[in-house]
Amino acid sequence: MDIFYPIKLLSDWLTFSLFTITPKTLLADAINFFIYDTIKILILLTVIIFAVSIIRSFLPPEKIRFILSHKNKYTGNVIASLLGIITPFCSCSAIPLFLGFVQAGVPLGTTFSFLVASPMINEVALVLLLGMFGWKVALIYIFSGLVIAILSGIIIGKMKVENLVEPFVYESTTNAQTDLPNMNWSDRFIYARDYTWDIIKKVWPYIIIGIALGAWIHGYVPTDFLAKYAGVSKWYAVPFAVLIGIPLYSNAAGIIPLVGALTEKGISMGTTMAFMMAVTALSFPEFMILKRVMKTKLILIFSGIVGIGIMFTGYLFNWIL
Amino acid sequence: MENKTASIQVLGSGCPTCKKLFEITEKAVNDLSLGIKVEYINDVQKIISMGLMQSPVLAVNGKPALVGFTPDIEKIKKAIQDNL
Repeated sequence: MDIFYPIKLLSDWLTFSLFTITPKTLLADAINFFIYDTIKILILLTVIIFAVSIIRSFLPPEKIRFILSHKNKYTGNVIASLLGIITPFCSCSAIPLFLGFVQAGVPLGTTFSFLVASPMINEVALVLLLGMFGWKVALIYIFSGLVIAILSGIIIGKMKVENLVEPFVYESTTNAQTDLPNMNWSDRFIYARDYTWDIIKKVWPYIIIGIALGAWIHGYVPTDFLAKYAGVSKWYAVPFAVLIGIPLYSNAAGIIPLVGALTEKGISMGTTMAFMMAVTALSFPEFMILKRVMKTKLILIFSGIVGIGIMFTGYLFNWIL
Repeated sequence: MENKTASIQVLGSGCPTCKKLFEITEKAVNDLSLGIKVEYINDVQKIISMGLMQSPVLAVNGKPALVGFTPDIEKIKKAIQDNL
């Protein structure tokens, strides 16, 4: 049985009984789609962010760093990317994480694997992908994101780019092992509740706008409208999607529902995937913040490698899906 | 009552939750009449040097007492008393 069936009943009741909109019209379709998706996504977000926050309270970045400082290069890249999934990432935590890792002796390549995976595979994006495209696409997204994070970290590690990190970073060192104050279940609960509320507060307007635009597109824009501009046969669709994805980070929550609707109208799946990865993993505000700890050349290398990885993934899925 | 030896610091990266922790901590210290001035430090490198990577941090006598979240005032009072 569909676990979202009660939401379907509720949105049907709201659309047809409460708002008395005639069924089977474009308007009814769009409104029904909007109510259903909004409720579903908000419930999914609350449940999943809360659950991830509880898990994270057991694995704070300080513990992750301790684990990473004891791994050899390749295992380090894999584990860093996996741990990046559960770590929250806002551009404000990029500097503390970068300094904390590097000053405790975690290799640069491992640190980059983490910096790529952490924003790209985040719980908000995953919930939206799950809600809009189903679990298969969400899993493919996680898996490709991991591969990109692992490989980018390995390549950057091999390039010996330590000289492109601002010298002050290496002037201090810190111990990889820290005694954190104990957290009991009530602390974990407060932490998870506050974190969930913070995120929902931040993203809900974007999600509602995204779903509203998506609902309108779903109802009113003819199917295949975009196929001639962004279909599989258009080679430039993938790089174009990556380029316009870079400045859009802050609106990731609104962009996925919108893109979900556009995919129905003829944008191919690989292009959609590449666009979403670029939105989450490559963000202009984050580059500006990273400039405080590394030279522009390193930011270009980092975004170049990740960008190429994303485009490759886009072409791959356009080809096989 | 002035306590010269103990120190209470709130360390942050300038985020709104850091400011909030600082305000509640000041109130908690006042309620407990500890007579300690709460210091607000906006310096990421300080947090890293303490071996931490999350903000905000409540440090009592240089030791982290709360890391990464802002609980209610009773919990903050308890964290301060446990670490003094």
